[in-house]
Amino acid sequence: MTKYSALGLLRGVFNGQSHWQPAWRDPEPKANYDVVIIGGGGHGLATAYYLASVHGIRNVAVLEKGWIGGGNTGRNTTLVRSNYRQKPLHDFFEFGLKMWEHLSDELNYNVMFSPRGALMLGHSDADMTMLAQRGDAMRVDSIDAELLSRDQVAKLEPQLDMSRDARFPIEGGLIQRRGGTARHDAVAWGYARAADRLGVDIIQKCEVTGFVQQGDTVVGVETTRGRIGAGRTAICVAGHSGHVAAMAGLTLPVESQTLQALVTEGVKPMINGVIMSQSLHCYISQSDKGGIVMGGDPDNWPSYAQRGQPMVTEGAIAQAIALVPALSRLRMLRTWGGVTDMSFDGSPIIGTTPVPNLYLNGGWCYGGFKATPASGWTYAHTLATSTPHPLNAPFDLDRFRRGDTIDENGVGPMPNHR
Amino acid sequence: MMLITCSHCGPRAQTEFTYERTVDSVVQPDADPAQAMEQLFTRANPRGLDDELWRHTFGCRAWLVMTRHRVTHQIEAIRAVGPEALP
Ligand SMILES: [Zn+2]
Repeated sequence: MTKYSALGLLRGVFNGQSHWQPAWRDPEPKANYDVVIIGGGGHGLATAYYLASVHGIRNVAVLEKGWIGGGNTGRNTTLVRSNYRQKPLHDFFEFGLKMWEHLSDELNYNVMFSPRGALMLGHSDADMTMLAQRGDAMRVDSIDAELLSRDQVAKLEPQLDMSRDARFPIEGGLIQRRGGTARHDAVAWGYARAADRLGVDIIQKCEVTGFVQQGDTVVGVETTRGRIGAGRTAICVAGHSGHVAAMAGLTLPVESQTLQALVTEGVKPMINGVIMSQSLHCYISQSDKGGIVMGGDPDNWPSYAQRGQPMVTEGAIAQAIALVPALSRLRMLRTWGGVTDMSFDGSPIIGTTPVPNLYLNGGWCYGGFKATPASGWTYAHTLATSTPHPLNAPFDLDRFRRGDTIDENGVGPMPNHR
Repeated sequence: MMLITCSHCGPRAQTEFTYERTVDSVVQPDADPAQAMEQLFTRANPRGLDDELWRHTFGCRAWLVMTRHRVTHQIEAIRAVGPEALP
C-alpha cells in the first residue's frame, strides 16, 4: 500500500488520480487469530493498530457487524480534551491528547485534529469555584488549564450572550487551549488503513453471535461468517457491551442509553472553539464545513434503538440558543443518536474479566471519541501482556465491588445522570 | 417518543414520565450485601424485553412497572405499583 503524500497527489495530476488503491483489504476470515477484537469502531481499530505496531502481534482480526466507524465513532460530536478533575481520568485523557497531537503523522492519514480550545463556561460563583478547582487539579499534573474572566470569555467567543439578564449569565470560564475537535471518520479510516498495512484483518459484516468456550476459557467466537478461533478475545463494542458480555455469562455495570447530537446548516465561522457548559450540559462547536454541532444530555432511559426522543434535542437546542442567541436563526440539518454504555460511575472499563482470555473495553458513557488513541494503546498493552497499563489499571471491572469507583460527577451508582 | 398508558390517567405523552430503574435493581431492605451490590451496580441490560420502573412524575405521580422492548420501544405491559395501586 502506498504512502499518502503531496507527491502522490501531484502524480495523480498526470494520471487523472487513477492510481489510488483501496485503503484496506477485504479479507476472508482465517480459522484462527492470536487476538480477535469484537467491534470495528475507532477503539477496536486503534487497539489492533497498537497490537501490531507496538507489541508485534500482527495475527489479529477486527470483527465488525456493520461497517467500520458506523457506530458511535460516526455518531459523536468529535470533541477532544483532557480537562477532568480526577487524577486517573485526566492522566488517561492527557496521555490521549498528546497522542492526538501527532496522530496524523503516526497514521499517515489526516485526522484533522484542530486544537482550537475547549472552553467550559461558569454561570455562578459556585461554578467558578468548581472550575478553579478542576483547573488546579489539572495544572498540578502539568495539564494546561486557564481560568478566564467574563471579559476574556466575551473576547474569545463574541457570539455568547454576555448580558447580565441572560437566561444563563456567564461569569467566566476555564479553557484548555490544547483541546479541540477531530474528524471522526478519518480516525476510523486512518487506524484501519494503518492496521491493515501491518497485517491486521478487518472483517466487516461479521457479527459475533456467541463465544466458543473450553471450560470457562474463551477460545474463539461464533460469527455470521463462521467460527473463528482466538488466543485472546477483546470486547470493544461500546453501547452493546452488555449484550455481548452476556453471551459469556457476564453482567456488567452498564446500562445502554441513547445519546443524541445535531448539526445545523453550514454558515461562515461564528464559533471559534468548543463551548461547553457543565451546569447545563450543553456543548457547541463549528465543523470545518461550517455546521454548528450541538449535543446535550443523554435520553435518561434504556434503549438500543440508535434514535432518541425529540424533547431531549429540544432541550439541548434551547440551552444552546440561550448561550448563543444567533443560533436561533439557523436551520437544523440532521440529528442522530448512538447507543452509549453508561457505566455506574461515569468512567470507562478497560481490562480483564472473570472469564479467562476474555477482555473488556467499554463503559465509555458519552465520552469515548476523545479517548480513542489512549483506549487503543492501553487495551493493546493489556491484551499483549495480560496486565493492565498503569493508565488503565484504575479502570478495572472489579472497582465497583471494591468501592473504588472513579466518579467525576459524584452521582453515585446510577447510569443516568440527572 | 412513546405513548405511555398510565393505569390512572390513560394514554399520555412520554414527556410526562421519568424512568427510575429496572425492577430487578430495586434493593430490598433485607438483601444480603453481595446481592445488594449486584443489584446496585450491575444491570442485565438486555437488547430485548425488560421490566422497568417508571413514574408519571408530571401527572398523577403513580409508580408504574413497564415491560418494554429496548430496540423497538414496543410496550408489552404496564401495571401500577405501590399503595396507590390498592383497590
Ligand atoms: Zn398517571
